[in-house]
Amino acid sequence: MLAELFVTFLVIGFVSFGGGYAMIPVIERQVVETHGWMSYEQFADVIAVAGMSPGPIAINSAIFVGYQTAGVAGAVAAAAGMVVPSLTIILLISLFFYKVNQSRIVQSAFYGLRPIITGLIIYAGITFAMRNGVFGAWNWQTAVLIAIFLFGLFALFRLRLHPVYVILLSGLAGAAFFG
Amino acid sequence: MTREKKGWRQLAEIFLSFLRIGPVTFGGGYAMIPLIEREVVKRRGWISEREIAEIFAVAESVPGAIAINSAAFIGYRLAGARGAVAALLGIMLPTFLIVLLLCALFLQVRDEPKIAGAFMGIKAAIVALIAYAAYTIGKTAVLDKTTLAAVLCTVALLLILHVHPVPVILAGAVAGIVLVKLRDLAGWKTKLETKEDKNGYEWFMGEGI
Repeated sequence: MLAELFVTFLVIGFVSFGGGYAMIPVIERQVVETHGWMSYEQFADVIAVAGMSPGPIAINSAIFVGYQTAGVAGAVAAAAGMVVPSLTIILLISLFFYKVNQSRIVQSAFYGLRPIITGLIIYAGITFAMRNGVFGAWNWQTAVLIAIFLFGLFALFRLRLHPVYVILLSGLAGAAFFG
Repeated sequence: MTREKKGWRQLAEIFLSFLRIGPVTFGGGYAMIPLIEREVVKRRGWISEREIAEIFAVAESVPGAIAINSAAFIGYRLAGARGAVAALLGIMLPTFLIVLLLCALFLQVRDEPKIAGAFMGIKAAIVALIAYAAYTIGKTAVLDKTTLAAVLCTVALLLILHVHPVPVILAGAVAGIVLVKLRDLAGWKTKLETKEDKNGYEWFMGEGI
């Protein structure tokens, strides 16, 4: 189990371009479908908690998944899996290809990667919305969720509110309406 | 002081420096960047301003969280592989413990009505956060018709055909390299980055979380 956790997140670590939200579909596919460690609903909670905690959301998710699956040892295995690729690649780069960001090959790769990452994030948004009631049946519950979602957009794009405050406010709203 | 003692002392300093950075950064990995700079360039004077910008640029061009990559990079520059490990342990330890605590706490209270209700609201907000992240990176990703098509294809592949994300990512990188090479050979220009990329790393809110 620990080995599975480590290897799973090792693979995820090696393709983690574009940061946390792009990795949600990747982690989700492995955790929920491939390994069946938890349900989609439980994984959504992982993302929520990971987003509220300090640090990179991808690593936080790994820690949560590892912890829920196999306790503290699992958390360590998962986190280690995510970090080893970084360490390895940085060591390699330091030894051989120092200025990779200026290499045309790397820039070309990112020319292709960035749209993929954008697509991943859009996909994450759509599926997350579908699975958490924002695209739900027509009832007042869905209406409140949509309102919170729209407020979130407004807060981020127009008010330039920090994500932590958006989460806090929506949590309070959720507790008030649904609690 | 013997050389060995000096080595351990330096590793301890690296570890402690990165330890200070971890716990205060909500809103994700990019938020750590200014803190890393403040600690490593201004406070410790280990790295110059010019060098740190290069480090961040490289850290962004490889897989992994930018904060983690930067820490590993800086640690390596200062004290080799052991320095990299010291830096990584430092930057990860506090957040690791905090996240663990929050997870344990959450698993205890997740069924409480107020908590469950709060999380329903939070998850709706996360959709907004995701949308914001998509917009932020979309601006730097969609440079021409090809990249726009790539975005739409990706969503279609994932959503409709349920393809596994990992092959899509790898294919994207390869396709990027091949396409640009072909265009270079054909004599066509490819816009590889937008002007925004030149701004460096100030634009961290909402992206790369």
